[in-house]
Amino acid sequence: MNQPDQIYFFGTCLIDLLYPKAGLAGMALIKRQGVKVIYPANQSCCGQPAFNSGYRQEALAVARAQLNCFPNDYPIVVPSGSCAGMVKHHWPELFAGQPDESQAIAAAQRTYELTEFLVDVLKLKLKDLGQPTRIAIHTSCSARREMGIADRIDSLIAQLSNVQVVEQAHKTECCGFGGTFSIKQPDISGAMVEAKCEALLATGAESVISQDCGCLMNISGSLEHQQRELPTQHVAEFLLQRITGEGK
Amino acid sequence: MSSARDNILQRLRGNRVDLEQPEQNIPPLEAWSAEQRITRFTENQEAVHGEVHTLPADQWIDWLAKELPKRGLHQVLTGTGDTGNQLGASNIESCVFHQYDQPIESWKPELFSQIDVAITGSRCGIAETGTLVLMPDRDEPRLMSLVPPVHIALLDATKLYQSFAEVIEEERWADGLPTNTLLISGPSKTADIEQTLAYGIHGPKQLITLLLV
Amino acid sequence: MNQYQAFYQRIDKALQNDQLRRNFRSAMDGIRERRLAQFPDDRELQTLRFQAKGIRNRSLSRQAELLERLETKLTENGIQVHWAETPLQANARIHEILEAEQATSVVKGKSMVSEETDLNHYLEQRGIEVIESDLGEYILQMAQEPPSHIIVPAIHKNRFEVAELFQKFHPEQPYTDDVDELTGCARQVLRKKFAYADAGISGVNFAVAETGTLCLVENEGNGRLSTTAPRIHIAITGIEKVVEKLSDVPPLLEILTKSATGQPITTYFNMISRPRQPGEKDGPEQVHLVLLDNGRSRIRNDDELLDTLRCIRCGSCMNHCPVYVHVGGHAYGTTYPGPIGILLEPQRLGIDKVGSLTSACTLCGACGEVCPVRIPLPKLINRLRAEAVEATPGDNGVPGTGALRSRSEALIWKLWKQIYTRSRIYSAFKYLATRLRHIKPPISNGWTRYRPIPTPSSKPLSELARQQGYDDE
Repeated sequence: MNQPDQIYFFGTCLIDLLYPKAGLAGMALIKRQGVKVIYPANQSCCGQPAFNSGYRQEALAVARAQLNCFPNDYPIVVPSGSCAGMVKHHWPELFAGQPDESQAIAAAQRTYELTEFLVDVLKLKLKDLGQPTRIAIHTSCSARREMGIADRIDSLIAQLSNVQVVEQAHKTECCGFGGTFSIKQPDISGAMVEAKCEALLATGAESVISQDCGCLMNISGSLEHQQRELPTQHVAEFLLQRITGEGK
Repeated sequence: MSSARDNILQRLRGNRVDLEQPEQNIPPLEAWSAEQRITRFTENQEAVHGEVHTLPADQWIDWLAKELPKRGLHQVLTGTGDTGNQLGASNIESCVFHQYDQPIESWKPELFSQIDVAITGSRCGIAETGTLVLMPDRDEPRLMSLVPPVHIALLDATKLYQSFAEVIEEERWADGLPTNTLLISGPSKTADIEQTLAYGIHGPKQLITLLLV
Repeated sequence: MNQYQAFYQRIDKALQNDQLRRNFRSAMDGIRERRLAQFPDDRELQTLRFQAKGIRNRSLSRQAELLERLETKLTENGIQVHWAETPLQANARIHEILEAEQATSVVKGKSMVSEETDLNHYLEQRGIEVIESDLGEYILQMAQEPPSHIIVPAIHKNRFEVAELFQKFHPEQPYTDDVDELTGCARQVLRKKFAYADAGISGVNFAVAETGTLCLVENEGNGRLSTTAPRIHIAITGIEKVVEKLSDVPPLLEILTKSATGQPITTYFNMISRPRQPGEKDGPEQVHLVLLDNGRSRIRNDDELLDTLRCIRCGSCMNHCPVYVHVGGHAYGTTYPGPIGILLEPQRLGIDKVGSLTSACTLCGACGEVCPVRIPLPKLINRLRAEAVEATPGDNGVPGTGALRSRSEALIWKLWKQIYTRSRIYSAFKYLATRLRHIKPPISNGWTRYRPIPTPSSKPLSELARQQGYDDE
């Protein structure tokens, strides 16, 4: 795909309410490439929380409410592997047999996770203006397995000359968030995230970067609970800071 | 009980499913030369703790005459076929040959406790996995390759196939199989305690292939 | 106690056991590494997975026909075929066979289907001695525990725990916690059992219709002994294990052993086509095959869930499951643990009995990625979650559909829907949440046990985007 003139930015409910800076950074990264970024005002959520809890009717209703936010055939860019995965892979399933099925399939087909869009479509070139730092990358399971785009965040960060990436043990293993899993199976989730934090802390990284705010919320929450110091950041914010030389 | 059969089959027919699609097949490996097959077989058998000795076809008895006493293998179980008969006539020093010529019921305790080594032939081999193929029969019964602590098998190097699939095709197995067909790759082993490999849990601790060229 | 409470108790017990968790962690790490080493070429692996899926799908599509052909062939070969719809029928049939032959002692090779029917207890209650001969299963028989893994059943025990069991049950043997010596000890003990057992019972990995052949995959040789040394051999398997042709076997065998334990092939691949023939000097006089349905044919009702039946029981899904690695197999409380257990057991036993299993999954996809027959495990587990809370269950679906629907949970999702489908309500909700962000709702749940409630931003992205001049359409 060639660089489009404009895109829709689907910020996701988590970023909307908890991590807007990550969303703004993602939009800025795209805008800097001369692409017009539209943030549809009425968007809310892809429907994933209910879909993964078995409440498919409710998930369908919420997903359907999004369809109207993206009326034109511009790419839809989502700064989250799991929400992008929901739209791309589960909307077709969710809308199967519905009158607006073809619309949902069309939306799924032009949906990109942010790092995927930056690499595959914008072919983003980055110049690192930041101070030397050492980071660990946590790639969400949805980005890694459902979307198959784990290498996109890696290749973006590999362009940053002052950033050293250190690898945590059991890198590909889930952090234990899993949406409502963390509430339905809190003890397993707690054990998983503690193990994940331990592995991340053991790397000596100065911060943890991810393309998914769900994982970050889980990991940073657990670190805070354990009173351990390890900043976490969404990849969009991290990249923007590195190429503008702003931030810490 | 026939009603269980009918009920099950009826349910299966009632729930017809059609999942058939054109099937993907792995393209066959590049054909290996005879030497390559010998090398692969040896490497792969050794990788699973098996011992392979490549010998001229007429020297296997000499090899055994040297090795059996050296390894302290005295009570030797043989079959009643050619291999067994040649061995029985061989007079290897310090070895007592027992032919498996009676049904197991009449000497089970002896088999389980008194035999040091069994020597059998084999039907063919598989290079890709380092596998011996045995088709035990009345001359070389099933337990020979299983109960004694050491199993020595003769394998004709010209009968080394590349893959299991090739064996099935070339040996026309689809036309029918004998009582028991065995693929053996290495000695008996277990990793049931702490994933630590230990050999000879039930079958032979040692598997020795005499690859005859 | 409802099923969730019981499940949470088992989970808690597992999570409190540091030794158990270390045992699983190191075992699963090792198995994962060995599996990966067998598949150096990912493209080849993906093709092999498609091939295996195709073979299994063909088997399932022709299952009735293949089972009949299998029965005909086996019967021609002299192997007796028995059919059972329920575990009880299977156990009773096996007991009848043993009783008719006055068999009082049985050695068993590893069989998960016999775990499914709880065969050992059934026979023991009827005065028959049953000895598990797989080393792992034998250890568990001494410990009186069920398997915690379908391939490496005693993986939860370390060698010291095993050593204690041997000391308790075989005080005549000197104490050792050396793995080689323990293995040697087991060899001695079990040899005696093999030497006098009347009957052997085994599972089956593939039943080949074309030639009437029962295939068993193993490393120890106990499967071969169980099926050769006693005078009767009874194999028990699920009806889905039938495959059409002998040529279907090599690809399935390859991907099974590589996926299961990271071996290019197991020590033994044992293909049984007949009982002892005239003039043969060993092997059982009688060979029986018991084909068990136990809900399997019903699973075919559902176009999506029937993919479950492709499973070849390699255990790779549990080896790679981040939940399994933390809690181990016993926490699931069912015969089959891990992702395949989460998928299979509610369909077999009912959502009303074990539907809570579906909660023990983060949908991370690790299982689906490694499944050798490409069962879309996460997708199907998520589908079962929908079945579990279905508001208007029909009668043709998964047993117990709708059993886990709770009014309070349904209400929460209804409310969620109201907020997230109406932009004015959603905006108002965000306005309140951001402006009152330092007032934490008085929620105390599982999340807050391990993490604080996250603090909303001072303004939502929707407001900030507008402020920064981004168009909204």
